[in-house]
Amino acid sequence: MAKCKYDWPEASDRRLIGKRINRIDGPTKSSGRAKYTYDINLPGLLVAKIYRSPYAHAKITAIDTSEAEKLPGVKTVRIIQGVGKEIQWAGDEIVAVAAVSEDIADDAVRKIKVEFEQLPHFVHEEDLQQAGDHAKEAGGEKGGDPDKAFSDPDVVISEGFYGIPTITHCCLEAHGNVAEWTGANLRTYSSTQNVSGLPGQIGQALREQGVNVPDNNIETICNYVGGGFGSKFSPDRWGIEVAKLAKAAGKPVKLMLDRNMEMEVAGARPSGYAQIKVAAKKDGTIVAWDSHSWGTGGPAGTTMPPLPYVLNIPNKITRHTSISTNTGPGRAWRAPNHPQAALLTMCALDDLAAKLNMDPVEFFSKNADLAGERAEVYRQELRKAAELIDWQKNWHPRGDKSAGTIKRGLGLSLHTWGGRGHNSNCNVTIHPDGSVEVTLGSQDLGTGTRTVIAVVAAETLGLPVEAIRVNIGDSKFPSSGASGGSTTVGGVSASTRRGSVDALQQLLAVVAPSLGVPADQLVAVDGHIQAKGDAAKKLTWKEACAKLQVKTLQVTGKNPGQCALGSSGVGGVQIADVSVDTETGLVKIHKMVAAQDCGLIIDLKTAESQCYGAMIMGITYALFEEKVMDRATGRMLNNNMEFYKLAGIGDIGELVVHMMTGPGYDERGTIGLGEPPVISPGAAISNAVANALGVRVPTLPITPDKVLAALEKGGAA
Amino acid sequence: MRRKKGKLRELHKEGFSRRDFLKGASMAVSTGLLATQEAGAATPETEPGVLGPGAVPITLEINGKPHSLKVEPRVTLLDALRNRLDLTGAKKVCDRGVCGACTVILDGRPVYACNLLAIEAEGHHIVTIEGLSTEGKLHPVMTAFVNHDAQQCGFCTPGFVVACKAFLDKHPDPTREDVERGLGGNLCRCGTYAGVREAVLEAAKTLKGGRANG
Repeated sequence: MAKCKYDWPEASDRRLIGKRINRIDGPTKSSGRAKYTYDINLPGLLVAKIYRSPYAHAKITAIDTSEAEKLPGVKTVRIIQGVGKEIQWAGDEIVAVAAVSEDIADDAVRKIKVEFEQLPHFVHEEDLQQAGDHAKEAGGEKGGDPDKAFSDPDVVISEGFYGIPTITHCCLEAHGNVAEWTGANLRTYSSTQNVSGLPGQIGQALREQGVNVPDNNIETICNYVGGGFGSKFSPDRWGIEVAKLAKAAGKPVKLMLDRNMEMEVAGARPSGYAQIKVAAKKDGTIVAWDSHSWGTGGPAGTTMPPLPYVLNIPNKITRHTSISTNTGPGRAWRAPNHPQAALLTMCALDDLAAKLNMDPVEFFSKNADLAGERAEVYRQELRKAAELIDWQKNWHPRGDKSAGTIKRGLGLSLHTWGGRGHNSNCNVTIHPDGSVEVTLGSQDLGTGTRTVIAVVAAETLGLPVEAIRVNIGDSKFPSSGASGGSTTVGGVSASTRRGSVDALQQLLAVVAPSLGVPADQLVAVDGHIQAKGDAAKKLTWKEACAKLQVKTLQVTGKNPGQCALGSSGVGGVQIADVSVDTETGLVKIHKMVAAQDCGLIIDLKTAESQCYGAMIMGITYALFEEKVMDRATGRMLNNNMEFYKLAGIGDIGELVVHMMTGPGYDERGTIGLGEPPVISPGAAISNAVANALGVRVPTLPITPDKVLAALEKGGAA
Repeated sequence: MRRKKGKLRELHKEGFSRRDFLKGASMAVSTGLLATQEAGAATPETEPGVLGPGAVPITLEINGKPHSLKVEPRVTLLDALRNRLDLTGAKKVCDRGVCGACTVILDGRPVYACNLLAIEAEGHHIVTIEGLSTEGKLHPVMTAFVNHDAQQCGFCTPGFVVACKAFLDKHPDPTREDVERGLGGNLCRCGTYAGVREAVLEAAKTLKGGRANG
């Protein structure tokens, strides 16, 4: 294939791409200098708080804000949802207050009186039989002839119930914004994954609510965001409200959610439960799948996870029931619907392998062809992961038969994701003094976006990473996509590459006459512009840029564009090694390994960090996390961080990450990595626990009470 | 009557640290308890000191410099640092003494600034993340966090760095197990613990080297 001018450099020419490079904003973050939305202090700043519904389902019958308005220090009180409105979840916004301090705003909220007509609520969906009118059929699929496949007398059939509850995003920086009007212009400081996309959303909502502001008068700034994980794409109702409060008060207003509301209304990964039947021939060939899944994502219910997951089983029937509940609305959570699909599929198949008395590595390798074009990737990753966990030595058939009350086991899971680069525009600027900047309306969620941009520009221009200034986090910069679905690295690395290649080409054209070498015979290497094959003819980067005289060189790079620099579609395998105390029910992680592909890796260090982080987040949802809803009140019981447990530094065991790179992988170009490694941990850990105990704990999180209940039904203890 | 600063510190150590308890009308209650504790002492307080509810003047010694301000007694040290002094490195996350994102060092001990009233911090030496890097030079713990990529979104990071610094001051030669126990009071959502573990061990080496040389 002909070389395209934007193509990634050959492996032998890469100085930076694929190496372990420190994130460029690391010093700013670790020294506490990074300013997040929550940290914005402006002169005259007011603080806003919200009166929220204490009921999960109710109609508002009266609102009295007079006492709040009288409170000294209160500047503005606004009704968000008025009399007659039907509230669908506890914590929904009813009245907003802006005051001179957070404490006074809280005082004012306490003085607001709202009367409700309570309505019946429904907040528990695990038992489908109880869902009644809240359950709605939500599609399904049929392929092949499942009836015939299941009735074949030569197949082994395994049936089970599996599930994963709703969890909350629990971003450490709560959702929120600061809004500041200067005349007809609105500036928002927003904790967002969507810098370029926010002004349009804010403008539309404000205009619909009678505030006439054109999108081009709105600027959104977000230099640092304290976690998003899929929950921060929209300004949310409170983001619109803060702009209205600021307009009414004539002062900037900050509105960050309190922790309890961050947990209740600003984060929810939909639940997924299923009754599943699977069949395989006695040699382990999977032949049939039958699932009835259900789950909730709040009032809107859910869509079916991609079942069966990864493996396209030839005879299948699926059916999904969507359940609406009076709980905070579901939001995208890293790899939407995939952790659910992985847990449901990989646990059902692991139970089938156990019934066949097959080693799961052998079982999944044997069936890898069902994964289609990535079959070989999965086989390689299964081999690698098995090697890293020393599967041969450590695996035993289901049920640890060793003496003692502590049982040990291994479990694995496979996953997949797309991750094609999003639309991205960037300006690459080369100044006459030799300084360089790349500017785009992107955001860095902690994934390493800034660093990736700097590495690509530096590699292309033959400069060190530190020579590149990266400007992101402002919607007035060239528009770049939202950071979701693992689309950012592919988008920004491609736009930066194209912009940098074009900028360099223009610089070489300026420099060529003075070196007496045609521009197409010049290259940028090690801080110099020099003739190919004749290092004597060269200028330092600074000398070369001085030839621009007073003309700053600026080029726009775009994605998509000429030459494919990325693609879509990854695999990934994870294996967990756990022990379970059969007396206390406690699960302990000894070790987890990840073998992960993602095409061409720009910065190996931050790529590995994505995997480590995802495994830890996965350990957390496998063992600890659940949004516990109270049947009686319809409220979340653990809307705080002492009872909504996150794993601590002592809970994670040994973690090993192996990125699949080199020939066969690099040619795929850049592919996103934020989602894939977070998909498998739940299933891998659940399978490891089943392997240890000899009995399945059917739902996450695998808490001691569930372990003991499962053992009661019959296990190794 | 003025409160006795040293005694308020004792009060905190005794565990009267739930912020909601202290925040409301509780200053009278807590100083009352203080008086009770002192009842057996040779020179008992004659009456409990009552502060607020209005703002009271205090001076906080932060990173070696005095800062005078007026705060309502219910204002936490964290809110005073962040909202009044623009020292925003300490973060507000759980706001009830669980996650450690607001960790500062008080007289050499790591404390949760969300769990301490600003008025309680008067008379104590407070060190925040801003006080650990001088003139743009990173503290060895910060450098180690950068080297081991012990940060992603970075929101828990300043609290972690401060906690690590305080931890290493007390445990200059920690094992991995020590690290896992000693830093169990800081939570991260992105999952940076693997890097933090390595970073603390590296920082311990760097700091020991520094001590040996200096």
